[in-house]
Amino acid sequence: MAGKIELEVKGLNFYYSGNIHALKKINLTVYRNTVTSLIGPSGCGKTTLLRCFNRMHDLYPGNRYQGEVLFQGDNILSGGTDLINLRSRIGMVFQKPTPFPMSIFDNIAYGLKLKGVKKRAELSEKVEKALVHAALWNEVKDKLGAGAYALSGGQQQRLVIARALAVDPEVLLFDEPTSALDPISTAKIEELTEVLKKDVTIVIVTHNMQQAARISDWTGFLMLGELIEFDRTDKIFTAPSEKLTEDYVTGRFG
Amino acid sequence: MTREQIRKTEGFIALSLSTLAALGGLFWLVFILGDVLVHGIKALHIDLFLNDPAPPGVDGGGLRNAFVGQLLITVCATLIGVPMGVLGGTFLAEYARGRKIARLISILADIMVSVPSIVIGTFIYAVLVKPIGHFNGWAGAVALAIIMIPVVLRTTEDMLSLVPWTLREAAFALGAPYYKVITQVVYRGAATGILTGVLLSIARVAGETAPLLFTSFNNSFYSLDMKQPVASLTVTIFQYAMGPYDNWHAQAWAAAFVITIFILILTITGRLIIKWRYK
Repeated sequence: MAGKIELEVKGLNFYYSGNIHALKKINLTVYRNTVTSLIGPSGCGKTTLLRCFNRMHDLYPGNRYQGEVLFQGDNILSGGTDLINLRSRIGMVFQKPTPFPMSIFDNIAYGLKLKGVKKRAELSEKVEKALVHAALWNEVKDKLGAGAYALSGGQQQRLVIARALAVDPEVLLFDEPTSALDPISTAKIEELTEVLKKDVTIVIVTHNMQQAARISDWTGFLMLGELIEFDRTDKIFTAPSEKLTEDYVTGRFG
Repeated sequence: MTREQIRKTEGFIALSLSTLAALGGLFWLVFILGDVLVHGIKALHIDLFLNDPAPPGVDGGGLRNAFVGQLLITVCATLIGVPMGVLGGTFLAEYARGRKIARLISILADIMVSVPSIVIGTFIYAVLVKPIGHFNGWAGAVALAIIMIPVVLRTTEDMLSLVPWTLREAAFALGAPYYKVITQVVYRGAATGILTGVLLSIARVAGETAPLLFTSFNNSFYSLDMKQPVASLTVTIFQYAMGPYDNWHAQAWAAAFVITIFILILTITGRLIIKWRYK
């Protein structure tokens, strides 16, 4: 029905340390070059699910996965997965902007340097490309050496997106990327997702249902750790099959 | 008296008492600093830095040996203490974060900060002086380093803990291994804080006498040999102040003045960095 499959979640259970069952038997498919949004009330597990895709949970002891997450056919939950390689292919942007305490240029170059790019010319070229891609180049091209904290919140968020883009990821994970931003910055980032999906697959967690409706092709609705419904976005918002989904998207609870 | 009068009287008494206490403390501080300043400046002379001590009872001479020795011991102590403190603090804040062992070490370090420095001096005497058979500069440096370690360790731990976790996650999310996350991102975020801790710890040990008395002791001659007794300002001040000669007393005042100014500058720099960082 749709294009190539990028990520496929099969019977995924996730437990936080202390055996807290946060995700229950999740099945879902993310198609290449689409925007997939995950919505649901606070604490439903949408961020938890997102953080499975780059194994962020591994940073904290006691967390446990069960089931499969196939990334281009390979199970990334298997023991042999190289997390460093995985994370350079699946980038992540967080709720609050996370610029590093260094210059704008060094922020973008950071991931490239991790990958072993050393030549100044190549770095410059890729930094510029990433900043253009993230629609930030015109605003910062004259002050690449300035500290990243001097930028506004919206600019910082695009800087972080550029930093993630610089290493040519195949998937970008957005964890409520606009919840700390003003409406204009939010609009810019929403426009950006439209452009970016030509090159990358995007999975976005959002609290804002209008945002999910505006920017995503597919939407998953989660509640209490279960995926209640997963379908094309227009279907979820106009003719959901589940009563719970309908109640949520029409604002009857949440 | 009405309730309001009672309340105002109580307020007045409390204010007066605390003001008096503050003035009492400040008085002695100003008195000491003023005394050091007045006597110190009087005895300050360029020869003090250029000449070695004259024989006892003979006028003139300087304290070049003590200035150089003090610098040597302090630098060596810094080279030993700062890396250990920073790495230890990194272990506590990063690798052992949230574990019981980290909490335990933190508490022990806090206790170490308040251990009397003479105890550390005698400990090093037993470990590095007695077995070797004579006082030596390294023992002094190690004793000062041991005083520095808990200070640097705790500051480093606190400063690293202030760096938000999301910043680390962001670096991990780009595919960085943990040691690079720490050295390239977290240290940068905490750099000024750690530097302040280092400066304050140097200031803390630069004025120590007791631990040196048992370790590097003193040397009336100019010597850069850390395997032998090394002169230090603080021990020299102690000896000269106890000595019978007037010019010894004057030189002790001058040395006290110089070391006070040195520590003052370090401390103020440390404070300024904090202020500049968190404004």
